[in-house]
Amino acid sequence: MESVYVKAYAAPPVDQREIWRYAGARNATAEQEALLQACLAELGEQAVFRVCYREFPLALEGDAVDLGFTKVTSPALARCLAGCGSAVVFAATVGTAIDRLITRYSAVSPARALLFDAIGTERVEALCDTFCRELATEKGSLGLCTRPRFSPGYGDLALSLQREIFGVLDCPRKIGLSLGQDLIMSPSKSVTAIVGIGNNL
Amino acid sequence: MMKFTELLKDHTVYLDGGMGTLLQEAGLAAGELPERWNLTHAAAVQEIHRAYFDAGSHVVSTNTFGANSLKFSDAELEEIIARAVENVRAAARDSVGTQQKFVALDIGPTGRMLKPLGDLDFEDAVAVFAKTVRLGVKYGVDLILIETMSDSYETKAALLAAKEQSELPVLVSCAYGADGKLMTGATPAAMVAMLEGMGADAIGVNCSLGPRALRPVVEAYLRLASVPVLLKPNAGLPRVIDGKTAYDVSPADFADEVTEMLAMGVRLAGGCCGTTPRYIEALVKRSRDIKPQPITRKDITVVSSYTHAVTFGSAPVLIGERINPTGKKRFKEALRAGDMDYILKEGITQEEQGVHILDVNVGLPELDEPRMLTDAVCALQAVTALPLQIDTSDPVAMEQALRRYNGKAMINSVSGKKESMAAVFPLAKKYGGLVVALTLDEQGIPATAEARVEIARRILAEAKKYGIDKKDLIFDPLALTVSADPVAALETLRAVELIRRELGCHTSLGVSNVSFGLPLREVITASFFTLALGRGLSAAIMNPYAREMMQAYFAYRALSALDENCADYIAFAQSQPQLTATTTPSEPSGTTVSAASELQQAVIKGRLERAAALTKELLKTEDPLAIVGQEIIPALDRVGEGFEKKTVYLPQLLMSAEAAKAAFEQIKARLASGGAAQKCAFVLATVKGDIHDIGKNIVKLLLENYGFAVTDLGRDVAPEAVVEAVVRLHAPMAGLSALMTTTVPAMEETVRQLRAHAPWCKILVGGAVLTPEYANAIGADHYARDAMEAVRYAEEIDRALGA
Repeated sequence: MESVYVKAYAAPPVDQREIWRYAGARNATAEQEALLQACLAELGEQAVFRVCYREFPLALEGDAVDLGFTKVTSPALARCLAGCGSAVVFAATVGTAIDRLITRYSAVSPARALLFDAIGTERVEALCDTFCRELATEKGSLGLCTRPRFSPGYGDLALSLQREIFGVLDCPRKIGLSLGQDLIMSPSKSVTAIVGIGNNL
Repeated sequence: MMKFTELLKDHTVYLDGGMGTLLQEAGLAAGELPERWNLTHAAAVQEIHRAYFDAGSHVVSTNTFGANSLKFSDAELEEIIARAVENVRAAARDSVGTQQKFVALDIGPTGRMLKPLGDLDFEDAVAVFAKTVRLGVKYGVDLILIETMSDSYETKAALLAAKEQSELPVLVSCAYGADGKLMTGATPAAMVAMLEGMGADAIGVNCSLGPRALRPVVEAYLRLASVPVLLKPNAGLPRVIDGKTAYDVSPADFADEVTEMLAMGVRLAGGCCGTTPRYIEALVKRSRDIKPQPITRKDITVVSSYTHAVTFGSAPVLIGERINPTGKKRFKEALRAGDMDYILKEGITQEEQGVHILDVNVGLPELDEPRMLTDAVCALQAVTALPLQIDTSDPVAMEQALRRYNGKAMINSVSGKKESMAAVFPLAKKYGGLVVALTLDEQGIPATAEARVEIARRILAEAKKYGIDKKDLIFDPLALTVSADPVAALETLRAVELIRRELGCHTSLGVSNVSFGLPLREVITASFFTLALGRGLSAAIMNPYAREMMQAYFAYRALSALDENCADYIAFAQSQPQLTATTTPSEPSGTTVSAASELQQAVIKGRLERAAALTKELLKTEDPLAIVGQEIIPALDRVGEGFEKKTVYLPQLLMSAEAAKAAFEQIKARLASGGAAQKCAFVLATVKGDIHDIGKNIVKLLLENYGFAVTDLGRDVAPEAVVEAVVRLHAPMAGLSALMTTTVPAMEETVRQLRAHAPWCKILVGGAVLTPEYANAIGADHYARDAMEAVRYAEEIDRALGA
């Protein structure tokens, strides 16, 4: 595959327990529940669910991983990709609306800001799950299986790999995702990751 | 040779097609920068350009989409642009095409997101684009094409740079998603308003989708734009066909679909991703007999924000007047203290009340108004999507705020005075804007409507000299106090009508003045507002907290067939508290004692409105400081202890803190300024390079609740700025937060500078990546695991200072 592909999804179902977990709460009082409902209502349909991705041939040698567009040394990634012949590199974002809401409420309601932050994390993880499930099904039909996604910054995989990933995925143009000088992504509720593709053993 | 603008006047202009896909076919590797190919593979680049000229393109763009100083050194950038221009020129020479040929400097987005969403400063973005533009001009391009922009703010930066650095025609094209909006949310109407206001020569749409899918956006441009519209769609979407990537719209279909839009009025057409010289050739042939549609003036009076446009016309436009220190003690205090959150809260609350535009006036004699106004505009546009009305009499402040404004602003104001027009009109011309024009001049405000209309005529004539059209002026014929002059209101109302009827212009009034000196002011103001609307008033600067004003507004819309099924009116009515209700809490109030424990409960449960209402009630009988000491703080302590014991979680801690803050606001309003006993000063910042500030904001809220005088410097704060604030306030404590490992060095540097310049200051650090050991290693005094621990430490220091 030569090109970067783009997918846009409908909103995946909301997992409120996950939101509370990201917000640092194990249970929610009636007041908290009401606040979460108000936040979800305010977000409404403003989030987008966009992924861009590209598949690369893969070569492993010990802890060194040749991703086709760059080489990295990372025992953790090498373990995750062991036995894979290629990898899908993807970037996913839920857009700028949630960042805007977090900023808005940072000024007037930190509780809402916290909840929007947690909602954003839950949303982008749900998007990644959706994309990865779809990829697994697609590859499964070809007799291949997919590995769990692995992101720059996990374990020993350097965050600086972000630069190379942005270089090959054309994220700003494809899904409106950009990388700052300090390797911070904007919109902040975004994920980049590598998914190994291997034989179904 | 014909100039480009002449060609554009009465011809269909053909642009070129895709570049990236063709370079990849020629061997460009993944991750390789295509702009370098101008140097390393000049022949291949020229060949693609030549094929486009052969296909019939009038304009071929340089291979400089990403040629900017963020990606290349100055020396390499100059070489790339010099060669890129030469490559197009050589192609033009070699081409067999007989049409007029032009070289466009191609400018794409920087790939970085501007603040506040990202980390690139607006002026830095302008400087990056300016460098590219200067080089394009130096090497002799004929025009500039800014394309594939997906953020309105970055688009503004690019267009501003093009306008400031060159006299060349500038075409501006944006990439719209399937939802018909830019990635950061702008609608076509918002972009048309801003780009036309700034003087783009043609505007339009490229990339993202195929021609048919872009049709709704193109239609919106054609409906709204008074300048030529441009279209460069993709060859549909990429699909995998037999294991190979191909775009799903064929050259013939592409030609058919784009030709349809030329017939609708599009005047410049080409292609983007996936299109090749074959597509352009097919388009040129297919559309040969299409007559270029004339460009018509649309005369739309409009302002915009980063998301949407607000049009003046049938429905009344409400401009919230509350961000203005005049006569507001608490607001002045907030301004002097640099308390931006107070201003933001006024903005957000007015938005919730239903205003369409926010007036922003932060002028106080002793303040640096240019800086304050610019900061307020930037902070407001980060938290609200409403367009802003920049309200100042200082031209320097006006220019700086307009420059940073993300959209087409409303400008308040110009008058018939020569000096005023000479100061304001050049700014309106350069940055775009809808100018509020006051019908007064050197002689003051004329008594009669006719004389005010006369001034309006003079203002229109003077504006025309600057190239400002009458659609970009909105007249304020000035509401005067009816208690001082019985015919004051009548003359103003007549002026509204005359300006609308005789000059065909829109009007806006600051309506509140009319009732000055009378009891039940809002009754007079709202009635005047209704009368003015009946005479054709388009907008009012007003107080949205006044229920009578909102009643008048919704009633007018319902009565003027502007509110289908009276739905908005009914919703408004249902949202209003019952007229019999008072300000007392809704639950039956018992004795003071039970109200007190109720207040504790309200704070603990995080019931914001209830906490405020109960405090207000208690203040009738209790001492304000006793309420703080005996009710609010004990409640906060209980929640705080619960949090430390892990029986209460973060969301509840914050909700309680917010409820406490609402109670404190009531207490502050009661206490004379400065009457509250405050603990010591505390300077708070998220360190340079880090933009994560949720944790810091939580610490701030709790510290404020516990009575500390917090100065919040925000996020991404340079060490020097922290030192400056600590030294200026002689603050005994500073709190620094960092979330990412990459920004810990910035924290360490801040600690080092604080130690050097403010040795008295205790430094508290926190954030996800820190540990007590790490805090110790970088020289901080204390590490706080969470916000409660930060409060405990601060209280300890405060007690030690007091001892």
